[in-house]
Amino acid sequence: MKNTSIETSVGIFVLIGLVCVGYLTIKLGKMELIGDNNYPVYAKFQSVSGLKKGSHVEMAGVRIGTIDSISLDKESKALVKMKIENGLVLTDDVIASVKTAGMIGDKYIRISPGGSDVILKPGEMITETESAVDLEELISKYVFGGV
Amino acid sequence: MLRLSILISPITALGRGATFIVQEMGRIAMFFLRSFALIFSRPFQINKTTQQIYFIGAKSVFVICLTGAFTGMVLGLQGYYTLVKFGSTGFLGAAVALSLIRELGPVLTAIMVTGRAGSAMAAEVGIMRISEEIDALETMDINPLRFLVSPKLAAALISMPLLTALFDVVGILGGYLTGSLLLGISPGVYFMRIETSVIMDDVTGGFIKSVVFAVVIVTICCFQGYFTHTRAEGFGAKGVSLSTTSAVVISCVLILITDYVLTSFLL
Amino acid sequence: MREPLIQFKNVFKRFGDNHVLNGTDLSIYKGEITTIIGKSGGGKSVLLKHIIGLLEQDSGTILFEGRPVSDMKKAERKALKRKCSYMFQGTALFDSLTIYENIALPLKETTSLSDSEINRRVRDKMDQLDLHGIDDKYPSQLSGGMKKRVALARALVTDPEIILFDEPTTGLDPIRKKAVHEMISDYQQKFGFTGVVVSHDIPDIFHISQRVAMLNDGRILFEGNPVQLAQASDPDVKEFIQGLYINDGN
Repeated sequence: MKNTSIETSVGIFVLIGLVCVGYLTIKLGKMELIGDNNYPVYAKFQSVSGLKKGSHVEMAGVRIGTIDSISLDKESKALVKMKIENGLVLTDDVIASVKTAGMIGDKYIRISPGGSDVILKPGEMITETESAVDLEELISKYVFGGV
Repeated sequence: MLRLSILISPITALGRGATFIVQEMGRIAMFFLRSFALIFSRPFQINKTTQQIYFIGAKSVFVICLTGAFTGMVLGLQGYYTLVKFGSTGFLGAAVALSLIRELGPVLTAIMVTGRAGSAMAAEVGIMRISEEIDALETMDINPLRFLVSPKLAAALISMPLLTALFDVVGILGGYLTGSLLLGISPGVYFMRIETSVIMDDVTGGFIKSVVFAVVIVTICCFQGYFTHTRAEGFGAKGVSLSTTSAVVISCVLILITDYVLTSFLL
Repeated sequence: MREPLIQFKNVFKRFGDNHVLNGTDLSIYKGEITTIIGKSGGGKSVLLKHIIGLLEQDSGTILFEGRPVSDMKKAERKALKRKCSYMFQGTALFDSLTIYENIALPLKETTSLSDSEINRRVRDKMDQLDLHGIDDKYPSQLSGGMKKRVALARALVTDPEIILFDEPTTGLDPIRKKAVHEMISDYQQKFGFTGVVVSHDIPDIFHISQRVAMLNDGRILFEGNPVQLAQASDPDVKEFIQGLYINDGN
């Protein structure tokens, strides 16, 4: 009798704990439970200052994927690996640009649609990119003339 | 000759101290490795491990919820009044969730578990040592580490990540309580910010910490109790009280030190 | 000459500056009960702990069936430990386990016997030691004498070949004392185990022991049968025996 009640409370404890772990990993950590429901696409930028792993990829303001990794390639450019949701088709002339949400908000990548018929296959590179706007540089240009 | 010995003796003392510390660390490491290996020796001690999960985990739920809620609430308050100066109160969710998941959740849970369960472990094992119960186990050819320490270690390794997750979630709700209900940040913004800012690495980092802390707590507390009889300062009941005190103090200090080391590796 | 089962040869042991064993020589023969007498705090328990391997000697050798224990491999030592049982002075029962679980513990943890077989053996020993209706009690709920008998049951439950008794009768009333003595002697005749008893119950203990050894200042002052002890000429031995007789008279 006593043993059963201990086991029951341990069961309840483990259940509550697992629910919390589930919330943290699946909801917040965005862990993918069932396989990969996305495909990788690469893009090179002059600068991705402020962009982080896990940042959003958006098209027309709708989230279509996340940043998987950021690294430096041989030409000293930033190589960004994005994960785009399956079923979403990108053409080979889309433009990827690093944007900021608000003045000091998070950086994200915006994909502007293109008009080509050639479809981007998984693992291919987006050729047209726009780097992050350097706010400081912009302001200094404005202040000291030169625009 | 005399002058030489005056010069050398502090160095000798330093060497003696250093050797002692290194030996002690080696003993603690062996103590942990043997207890850990014995978790997997057959037959598994499922009953005893369940009882320990009940003691370490289930009985700590209330105190973890309480401390978690208040930690989240105070983070909500402090975060709000800091962020409001920069007009970016929208980031409150991110501030609360990241500080909880990365740092405060694992560390505060570990310190609460040390206070609740670690001290009890040290006292229990210490009393068993002075009442010759550990010797009795040895004479019966029962491995005391397997019998006493392994179930506690297994239970802590299971319980600590679960308690940490509970602390994090309750803390985030606590932050919502002060941030949204009290200070008027929109709940949508609060939770959206949490979701966009927290990544998997933060969550796994928090769990790695909680597992390491579980090892630290059980190893230190059981080690202190187990070697109560070798203390030079006190025997019997006094020895147990000294063991319990030093178990809690050393555990807490080590938790904070390993937290720093782990953070610098994980970042 | 018979070969001793366990033999101490010039064994030394000290804790800090306290020399507890100071060149101890002692022989324990198979199938006999050897009683060790001596002053309190004179190292009798330490001697017993050396036999079962709880303590290691600083120097000297302990032989088991003619072989030094320190040369034995781990498995052999384990086998030796399985043959022995130790009854602690302070009972050393597990406070967190019930009486039944305490007695069943050595069988449960070190053998692969079925639950019903364990139950049968535990019941058997509890009946013989007059322990009824306390299965679900905890050691702290029992009287000192009752705890002693539970500890004895735990020591006997594995049917060991060698049993080491550390003051088995201290704290018992004279009737129970006699019962414990009789039980040790009955069991010994029945199963032929080798017993080593540390006791202050002089002269009662002499009736059940075949050999007596007196430990004084870390040395064995006298070794022989009880009759030889009574006729011993050593003044220290005489003083000890007579002192106890006088105390008994009071």
